[in-house]
Amino acid sequence: MRSIYRTLRADRALTRDIALVCVADAVVGLSFGAIAVSEGLPVWAPMLLSVVVFAGAAQFMFVGLVASGGNPVAAVLAGLLVNVRHVVFGFTVGDVVGRGWRRVVGSHVMVDETVAFALAQPDATRRRAAYWACGVALFTCWNIGVVVGASAGSAVSDPAALGLDAAFPAVLLALVLPALRDRTTALACVVGVAIALATAPFLQAGLPVLLALAGVVVALARPAHPSSEEVAA
Amino acid sequence: MTMSATALVAAVFVLGAGTFAFRYAGPMLRDRVTLSPRVEQLLGVSAIVLLAALVATSAVLDGREFAGVAKPAGVAVGALLAWRRAPFVLVVLAAAATAALLRLVGVP
Repeated sequence: MRSIYRTLRADRALTRDIALVCVADAVVGLSFGAIAVSEGLPVWAPMLLSVVVFAGAAQFMFVGLVASGGNPVAAVLAGLLVNVRHVVFGFTVGDVVGRGWRRVVGSHVMVDETVAFALAQPDATRRRAAYWACGVALFTCWNIGVVVGASAGSAVSDPAALGLDAAFPAVLLALVLPALRDRTTALACVVGVAIALATAPFLQAGLPVLLALAGVVVALARPAHPSSEEVAA
Repeated sequence: MTMSATALVAAVFVLGAGTFAFRYAGPMLRDRVTLSPRVEQLLGVSAIVLLAALVATSAVLDGREFAGVAKPAGVAVGALLAWRRAPFVLVVLAAAATAALLRLVGVP
């Protein structure tokens, strides 16, 4: 854990970037708490969800379905479907999560942002530092936001007015973009994104993103390493 | 809301347990099997594809419907800046500011 602290002290830019994402997510958490309560859920429900589930999109989906009188089983299944992608994330960043109790904590803080921050780092030490710093900080900020939002209720303003709904895709995009310099990855992403966008209007949330994985077939069809271009050149 | 408190707590914990299982599976199974560099590479590509699909769907859609103009426009400004290798903070703030300003002047 000490090396994580040292890495963050040395890499001010990384620390600042993570802090920015934490502030943005805290505000979204604020609105999540407020929305859940204003839709008729008890004050403790959004707080419990945020600690136990800790997955923004699934939490919004769950609250929306429960608040509209939906079947709890359907709400759970819809939330789970949105979260299946973590299986792939876990295999990809599993090396930074650690073992024993660390693996339990590290797995729980696995969200899109932590994975994206980890994948954007150039070496193993920074991957680990970025993953853990982002994970622990986001968990803390998100939950503080939710507690305040649920307590303050409808007094909290709409995050869309602040443009925060555009911030989430922008965060992931900025972190993913460097990886797209690899032609195979870029091609897989183009195919995957096309599939996701084409199917999203017709399918249950979560499925379009999973179907995007078909884009990886493109990567399978190409030679084993990105060095193929260098060989050609 | 018609659900009882007990049912709600149970539902939250089932969702939490299932989500945790998804998250824990990768780190746990990675230890038991040795992955070839080729598989590692494909996993890396898979994670990036998932994130890219999340970016695209969350930028353009709100659930199953078109999200309006302000959000995609904000993300597009962020994308342009990211492509020009602008600092992360600028990318994120410009995306949010663009969407917020467009809404302020009445663009949905």
